[in-house]
Amino acid sequence: MSTRFWTGSRRDTLAGYLFIAPQLIGSVLFVFVPLGLVFWYSLHEWNVLADTFTFVGGENYQALADDPKLADALVATGFFSAGLVVLNLSLALLLAVLLNQRLRGTVFFRTVFFSPVVVSLVAWTIVWSFLLQDNGGINGLLETVGVDGPNWLRGEGTAMIAVIVVQVVKNVGLNMVLFLAALQGVPANLYEAATVDGASRRRQFLSITVPMISPTILLTSIITVVGSLQVFAQIAVLTQGGPGTSTTVLVYYLYQQAFQFHHFGYGATLSVLLFAIVLLLTLVQWRMRRKWVFHES
Amino acid sequence: MSRKAKTAVYGVLCLLALPFLFPTWWMVTSSLKPVGDIFAFPPTLWPSDVSFDAYAKAFELQPFARQYFNSMYIAALVTVGTLAVSSLAGYAFARIRFKGANAWFVVILVGLLIPSEVTIVPLFKMFDAWGMVDTHWPLILVPILGAPSVLATFIMRQFFLALPGELEEAAKVDGLGRFAIFRLIALPLARPALGAVAIFTFLHSWNLYLEPIVFLSSSEMFTLPQALTQFVDAYGGPMWDIQLSAASLTALPVLVVFVIAQRQFIEGLAHTGLKG
Repeated sequence: MSTRFWTGSRRDTLAGYLFIAPQLIGSVLFVFVPLGLVFWYSLHEWNVLADTFTFVGGENYQALADDPKLADALVATGFFSAGLVVLNLSLALLLAVLLNQRLRGTVFFRTVFFSPVVVSLVAWTIVWSFLLQDNGGINGLLETVGVDGPNWLRGEGTAMIAVIVVQVVKNVGLNMVLFLAALQGVPANLYEAATVDGASRRRQFLSITVPMISPTILLTSIITVVGSLQVFAQIAVLTQGGPGTSTTVLVYYLYQQAFQFHHFGYGATLSVLLFAIVLLLTLVQWRMRRKWVFHES
Repeated sequence: MSRKAKTAVYGVLCLLALPFLFPTWWMVTSSLKPVGDIFAFPPTLWPSDVSFDAYAKAFELQPFARQYFNSMYIAALVTVGTLAVSSLAGYAFARIRFKGANAWFVVILVGLLIPSEVTIVPLFKMFDAWGMVDTHWPLILVPILGAPSVLATFIMRQFFLALPGELEEAAKVDGLGRFAIFRLIALPLARPALGAVAIFTFLHSWNLYLEPIVFLSSSEMFTLPQALTQFVDAYGGPMWDIQLSAASLTALPVLVVFVIAQRQFIEGLAHTGLKG
């Protein structure tokens, strides 16, 4: 009897569910339940210090619309993400193209450019914070050539640029490696044919290389954009959101509201906003894939 | 390539390499300088006389050895746990045909879109309700079972999809069950993918900063990234010599392992890893 009940496909179904059970239960417990709770909290006024939790409907969302600091946070986030993505992807591509030449020592340089990826994020940020001090290493080096460097982390204009550069140098190696793998997958005969036809190097890059590696460009840009919205440790160590609010990106503002000012309800509302932005950007990029990604496997 | 072009490429590479090499160099050499020399002008690239005082102080001011151990054992547990969870789920989604597999896969993938910052407030309340705040449980359970392991599952699935099916068929004929096939045949073949997943999982856990500062409050529970930022003077200003020596101790071991095994690191990530 039991041998007939346990047909091959029933066995497979049971096995399948047992195999995915930890991941599935974990996703429900640590992804979907918290996500639901975030929406629920966002409808409440919740002051941890006063221990009050009252239903207020859309009031937090109204507060969101009226919050003058939010506009600053969104501008800072936009500036940071745009700067990071453009700088990161173009530098990653440049490094990958340079290292894709047949040259001695490319393995050495590849190791160098990748190495910050494995350095602990906070350690990396502390060192840069040290270097970027008014009397720190970078200004010291500049002074030896007669340049009086600014106080990078305390200037409205330079703080954000410093944060972006620190983050790009930290992580560009990852995208570089992905680009390098993509470049090595472009068939060499395409370039040979183009050379025979008299196409310049620049022309070959734009008409062969870029279209052929466009799936990787899409993938890295999605990863980098979503990652850029999660920048926290760098801001916390380098600038604490300052000077003023010039580097208070959305995530840092969310952290301040929830864990420094103890406005959990409003913090949850900001989380909903962050989630909406990530979702929207991912969908937009995913749709763009049809337009500018050359081939899909 | 002409000689001239080669020289130009090397020149550009060396120039670009500076911001990648200089910070680590500066971190280590500065941590060995006596306090007074740290901000000396003109800057010295090599400590004039080597002092390990700052290293000793790092261990005096905080339970730094304990914090080091915390980071190590949490990252190790998270890595092993993630390998188990993601290889099981990835294998099932790739190789076992069962009803609802695709739908559940899509449901799980949603986790990729949710930054941990979005769910940190409710997670804090949940772990608070379970009495697990100021313990290491949130830092272990959430990465293994929650959103961070979804990427690992995705990578494992991609790898198992590309595996030829004949071996499994032969094992089935021999009467092996699903788990035995997974354990004895599929898993040993998946070593490159497991290596890539292990590397980025370890680094992810090693780097966590928001989660520790939200969940942990007593210094003997702290992890390294959190501990590093605690070396401050009475006015909250960083004690640079100690921060830099603690940072060196945090960064160097991983860096050394990386330099020794850089080929496996980089090629593992590039070829098995994130190939969409």
